[in-house]
Amino acid sequence: MRLRAARRRKQTIFRRVVVGLTSVFFALPLLGMVEFTTRAPGGGRTLQTYATLFDFNVIDADYPELKTGILASAGLVLLTVAIMLVMLVPTMTWVRLRLPGMRRTVEFICLLPLTIPAIVLVVGLAPIYAWVAYFLGESSLWLAFAYVVLVLPYAYRALDAGLSAIDVKTLAEAARSLGAGWPTVMWRIILPNVRTAVLSASFLSVALVLGEFTIANLFSRDNLQVAINQLGKRDSSLATAAALAALVLAFIVLFGMSFVGARRHSRQPEEN
Amino acid sequence: MAKSPSTRASTGHKPVGALLGVLPFFAYTAIFLAIPTLIVVVGAFLDGNSRPTLGNLSALTQPQIVSAFIHSVVLSAVTAVLGAVFGALLAYAVSTAREGGALRRTMTSVCGVLAQFGGVTLAFAFMATVGSEGFLTHWLKNVGMDLAGTWLYEPDKGLVLVYTYFQIPLMLIVFLPAVEGLRPQWREAAESLGGSTWDYWRHVGGPILAPPFIGAMLLLFTNAFSAYATAAALISQGSPIIPLQIGGTLSSEVILGQENIGKAMAMGMVVIVAVVMTLYAVLERRTTRWLGR
Amino acid sequence: MKTRMARSGVAALAAVTLISIAACSPPAKSTDTSSAGGVKASTATSATDLGGMAALVDAAKKEGTLNVIALPPDWANYGEIIKGFQAKYGLKVNSAQPDASSADEIAAAKNLKGQSKAPDVFDLGAAVANANTAMFTPYKVATFNDIPAQLKDATGLGVSDYGGYMSIGYDAGKVPAPKTVADLLKPAYKGKVALNGDPTKAGSAFSGVVMAALNQGGTADDISKGVDFFASLKKAGNFLPVDPTGATIESGQTPVVFDWDYLNVAQGKKLTGKMNWKTVVPAGAVVGGYYVQAISKDAPHPAAARLWEEYLYSDEGQNLFLKGGARPVREAAMVTAGTIDKAAHDALPKAVGTPVFLTKAQNDKANGYLTANWAKAIG
Repeated sequence: MRLRAARRRKQTIFRRVVVGLTSVFFALPLLGMVEFTTRAPGGGRTLQTYATLFDFNVIDADYPELKTGILASAGLVLLTVAIMLVMLVPTMTWVRLRLPGMRRTVEFICLLPLTIPAIVLVVGLAPIYAWVAYFLGESSLWLAFAYVVLVLPYAYRALDAGLSAIDVKTLAEAARSLGAGWPTVMWRIILPNVRTAVLSASFLSVALVLGEFTIANLFSRDNLQVAINQLGKRDSSLATAAALAALVLAFIVLFGMSFVGARRHSRQPEEN
Repeated sequence: MAKSPSTRASTGHKPVGALLGVLPFFAYTAIFLAIPTLIVVVGAFLDGNSRPTLGNLSALTQPQIVSAFIHSVVLSAVTAVLGAVFGALLAYAVSTAREGGALRRTMTSVCGVLAQFGGVTLAFAFMATVGSEGFLTHWLKNVGMDLAGTWLYEPDKGLVLVYTYFQIPLMLIVFLPAVEGLRPQWREAAESLGGSTWDYWRHVGGPILAPPFIGAMLLLFTNAFSAYATAAALISQGSPIIPLQIGGTLSSEVILGQENIGKAMAMGMVVIVAVVMTLYAVLERRTTRWLGR
Repeated sequence: MKTRMARSGVAALAAVTLISIAACSPPAKSTDTSSAGGVKASTATSATDLGGMAALVDAAKKEGTLNVIALPPDWANYGEIIKGFQAKYGLKVNSAQPDASSADEIAAAKNLKGQSKAPDVFDLGAAVANANTAMFTPYKVATFNDIPAQLKDATGLGVSDYGGYMSIGYDAGKVPAPKTVADLLKPAYKGKVALNGDPTKAGSAFSGVVMAALNQGGTADDISKGVDFFASLKKAGNFLPVDPTGATIESGQTPVVFDWDYLNVAQGKKLTGKMNWKTVVPAGAVVGGYYVQAISKDAPHPAAARLWEEYLYSDEGQNLFLKGGARPVREAAMVTAGTIDKAAHDALPKAVGTPVFLTKAQNDKANGYLTANWAKAIG
């Protein structure tokens, strides 16, 4: 017991120091943005930029692209996360269970989107999106197809870490031997056990979609970052404030997501 | 893991049904990933009149392009290691917090946001902080330290700092699930057997976390390797890294007709990542053998 | 299992190749917007082809939208021009990709071909315009004859619309006023001087180097002195490799910027009250450049595109350019006719000396020199 208490104390100190230092490091550039957006012409501080940003009537009238961009990004977030989860979680579980030889192939495919910069990927995506526009129209929502691909590297790594931590084979075999069908295995056995990993993958997807600029811009479509960039051409202070607000918005979304599917009980001890 | 019933089954069975399970994934990535990549790779072998040529590949041997490749690899490796080490420490620290508590939720949400924070806004945020007129620079000058200088705009100093800013949060998000997989029972077992903290990490924690750690580092490497917008905003002169060179071939209004060389560079990037992935696979195999799984 | 893996791998590769062959040819979608009127508009080479200006306006209104690209609102007053066009004809203007370079505009036209978001008109640097005439369709605006012959293509494929001279913009409150480019080597400018882009990539930066060359005693045929100047600037620690934007200027990160005079003037206007941003064209080193307007061959809104050009080259449009500090291409004709905005004309930054416009041969020579030496100079 003494050991445990001592270790706990050491851990708490370690945690506080590390988290504290990292938080300072993270906060500094954001403070730089705040400092720029609160400058008053005479030399003091003012919140005028934020007042303008949150005056919705002004924004709607003068900067209509901001509203279209926010709505487009909201739709893109939902669509991207949905497609990514539906496609990636079953596939990765399946590969672990039945096709272990394919693991490297899937891993390479999931790393490929990160190997070439988006500016070049657009050159290859252009004919594909010509077809997408032909079949599905030209809405910005169909950018989700490309976003899912962009998110693959991050989501794969998060899900892989989570799936490595649990014994997928034993869990699945136990469930199957008790008569569970594959959907039940996925939904009620595997998914709850990789909750953190699924949440991490979704976090990264949401953050990526809300932060994505290049592909939407090069296809002349609307999204949040494109709208903020347009804003920046007219008023740099307002655009920086909008970018900061977008970060806070993303934070709130992610924070809310972390409450989804909360455990009703603590982790059960598992057999190894 | 030793041969389990499933592995034995899949070696003997015809896994046609099994292949069907991964068909949606392969179909999707074929359309939205494989084909675009192929289009780019094919473009690398065409000249300005769409005729086959190896000229783009030989253009890759120019000294400034080779140097850009080297700079890119070094920058990505350095920021991957920095991000991985500090991110792993952060992940461990966060994992010791109470599950479902405010600290964990806040840190993971913050890191989720910052991991994808990049481009012009991030570059500007750093300029506004530690640039020659940044608020931190002024503040430090008052305290006596002179940060001034153009170090922020050099690839081996400023860019490393800015990249690390989004590498660390990314590492946290991606590595936390693995750290959470460490059962507290293992720690207690090690202690009850008389092991110290060092023994625990050396024989239990380390080997278990090594594969996901290296995998995450690989992700960090490729993340930094292909990052373009942030570098473009900070360093608009000279294209010292490969993504900037590619941007130059595609967007230059002064030197025209170089797009296919840009595609050849992109292909070079894919090759480099494939090589790094192979090294990673070898390393992973070694560590799993070490694990005895 | 290995052979099965190999077989499935081959099958996958075959499927991918087949699909990629199909993907490389975009679908032939008929984009006939307004049947007879639309077809006529996409081949009209002047307003008379369509039956007069009124008919053109009608056809454009029927299309209802115009897609423009790479037109930031504070670039030669395009913000007001777009607003004026929207108000006058009731058309909606979609302004996409304000940061795009001229090459990006052409790439966007290629990438978005056949879609309703493809750009209708281009505003390009001379080099890119000359290299891509295959993407344009000829059109002669009503005021075509007012435009000097060397600033237009005889058939109307690509016509200059506005231009300016290379200048140095600076924060008068923070740095002393530079008179020549050599002044910028002084310690007062340490860590303060930025160039708008890389001269091997951006037309404005290229002209900036040429201006520096001229100011240092070089000629349009030999810009080595310009590159040397920037090398010394870097060595003195005065050169910032960062890309100057509205935000960096406003926040004080880039107090001295090499850019077109109309861009610097616009920054100054935007920052009135916050900063005293002045613009100066160094005496004897006046480097000029005109931008070229062209209509896309595959424009989704051909009538609107033509109406846009008519507007740009009308007195109203040209005076709006002038208001933004740019020199309208019909300047000489308008001064003679008395239709020029006198106040705006007098407010243009003074340029002492004969303006130098690089010929294609000089351009190519300079390009070659830069490619070989720029990265080394500022590396």
